[in-house]
Amino acid sequence: MDAIHTFLEVKDLKTRFHTPEGTVYAVNGVSFTLKEGETLAVVGESGCGKSVTMMSILRLISIPPGEIVSGEVTYRDRNLLKLSESEMEHVRGKEVAMIFQDPMTSLNPVLTVGRQLTETLRTHTNMDEEQSRQRAVTLLEWVGIPDAGKRLTDYPHQFSGGMRQRVMIAMALACTPSLLIADEPTTALDVTIQAQIIELVKKLKQDVGMAMIWITHDLGVVAGIADRVIVMYAGFIVEEAEVDDLYDSPLHPYTTALLQALPRADRRRDKNLKSIQGVPPNLLAEPRGCPFAPRCEFVKERCVNENPLLIETENRHKVACWVNVKTGALR
Amino acid sequence: MTTQVNTPITVAEVEAPPLSLGNLTWRRFRRHKMAIFGAVVLILLTFYSFGGALFFTEKYSNYTNTKERLQSPNAKHPFGTDTVGRDILARTIYGGQISILIGITAAFVEVMIGILIGAIAGYFGGNIDAVLMRFTEAMLNIPQLLLLIVMSKFFSGNVPNINILGRELSGSVIVIILIIGVTSWPYLARIVRAEFLSIKEREFILAARATGTSSWEIIFKHILPNSIAPIVVSATLGVAGAISLEAYVSFLGMGVRAPTATWGNMLENAYRYIETAYWLWLFPGLLIVLITLSINFLGDGLRDALDPRSRTV
Repeated sequence: MDAIHTFLEVKDLKTRFHTPEGTVYAVNGVSFTLKEGETLAVVGESGCGKSVTMMSILRLISIPPGEIVSGEVTYRDRNLLKLSESEMEHVRGKEVAMIFQDPMTSLNPVLTVGRQLTETLRTHTNMDEEQSRQRAVTLLEWVGIPDAGKRLTDYPHQFSGGMRQRVMIAMALACTPSLLIADEPTTALDVTIQAQIIELVKKLKQDVGMAMIWITHDLGVVAGIADRVIVMYAGFIVEEAEVDDLYDSPLHPYTTALLQALPRADRRRDKNLKSIQGVPPNLLAEPRGCPFAPRCEFVKERCVNENPLLIETENRHKVACWVNVKTGALR
Repeated sequence: MTTQVNTPITVAEVEAPPLSLGNLTWRRFRRHKMAIFGAVVLILLTFYSFGGALFFTEKYSNYTNTKERLQSPNAKHPFGTDTVGRDILARTIYGGQISILIGITAAFVEVMIGILIGAIAGYFGGNIDAVLMRFTEAMLNIPQLLLLIVMSKFFSGNVPNINILGRELSGSVIVIILIIGVTSWPYLARIVRAEFLSIKEREFILAARATGTSSWEIIFKHILPNSIAPIVVSATLGVAGAISLEAYVSFLGMGVRAPTATWGNMLENAYRYIETAYWLWLFPGLLIVLITLSINFLGDGLRDALDPRSRTV
């Protein structure tokens, strides 16, 4: 692929949901880029728009009640938001794959694992029955499922949670996509399995050489896997940085607070962890001012009325904040 | 003293692979005494109707002998003879074939229409759903019997005889099948729609869409197999419903035309002889009761066996 072309560029993406309670402003103008082979982590608390952003990129939002109000998603010179539904079906699974949070509910309970795997293959390639079966065995072995040939005829309920997530990963990678979106793939698993899955995905990513977007609210996972991190809050990107930069010198008060709320092995244990005061904003109201202002310890008058734009401060480190956290002064 | 309860669990049992869905269903079904009874009776009736054809020819069942009319059961005619001297035993055998054929195919037509309309309405939602469901409700608002009678009056005027499975049948059989199928799908469509509405929100459907599965594949390969249980149950009950509907319409003289016998049209003229010639209505009537009852028991058993919420083994 020519490096001059954009691999993935999301520009000013806005997604809303029209519910009986009113309009939910879920994603409010998100922009970011992704290079070929790069791993981007998206962090933020529940309901901050991480998943909705990614599902909007793949157009998996159900419309209605959802609506992608504006924006551009350029993937290899094509605007995904302008493609027809059948063109989109060729992108999904073949070029951009997605894995989900809960492996217990992400597999169809009445179809065998083999059937679900081969069907993905046969949707996107012109393999015949036997070829796709063999490829499915290879895939299951690749993701570390023992006795893969025999397990093809098993149903999802005969697999454990970790094994099911491996199957989901095998399905996602069946057609060697160039981008994998992982929506909290380890959240529903217990800690030892989490570590196994993360190691597995890291290994597979190298094998395939694909780019990856990893959604999580676990900052510990981010450090081990990502090149770059995006921090989201209330449907906005509030900070974007290389992973080391973010941990060493967070620039947004929200990121700072998040990092202080994280238990760390190298910190004294007699102090209580800090928690962030207040609650996330109600997404039913049209956003005005900085969304974090009501909970921010550095809040200034300007923050309440004007929403800061995401601006680059130093070497690809971007932040959306009126205040310089280090000095406490306005920018 | 060894009883079943005290039998120690063997290693093989402990290490046996988990039961498949089919095994589980069969286990629960087996416990349902009435369902087993229904299944057995149904098998016997099928043998009766199709096996009996080895002993009597269809020609014999349609043969009129006015010298032997209205004979009570005797050695030559175990079930007696009817008003024109046809053998009732032979007619119940051939009539059974038609009744069962009508039951199954009419239920099939019903299920096909019901699934198609229910699935499209449930999956696509929005305006499509609104239009299809208003249409379904409109159908439900017209009493089915009225619709049946009007339609059979309208369509069965002059239908040619047809040839199925080597048998010459009155074309009215096909008309009745279609009419029953076309008037009884709305309930099924609503069941299917409700299933689709809930299953399409499940996470594995999202996962399937994320791998590029098309809408049609999601409808037929992912959602439909998950909603098969209620469909199987109502299809089973639909067979019983179709058999009794056919009997009803034929009894009124608007269903299947003579000489083709069905259990229903055998009752057609029997009401005039309720007291004088009980054998005219007793045997076909009994068979109708038996078959609808056994199918309903079977459906009940299937409902319990296929219901995932009763998954205790």
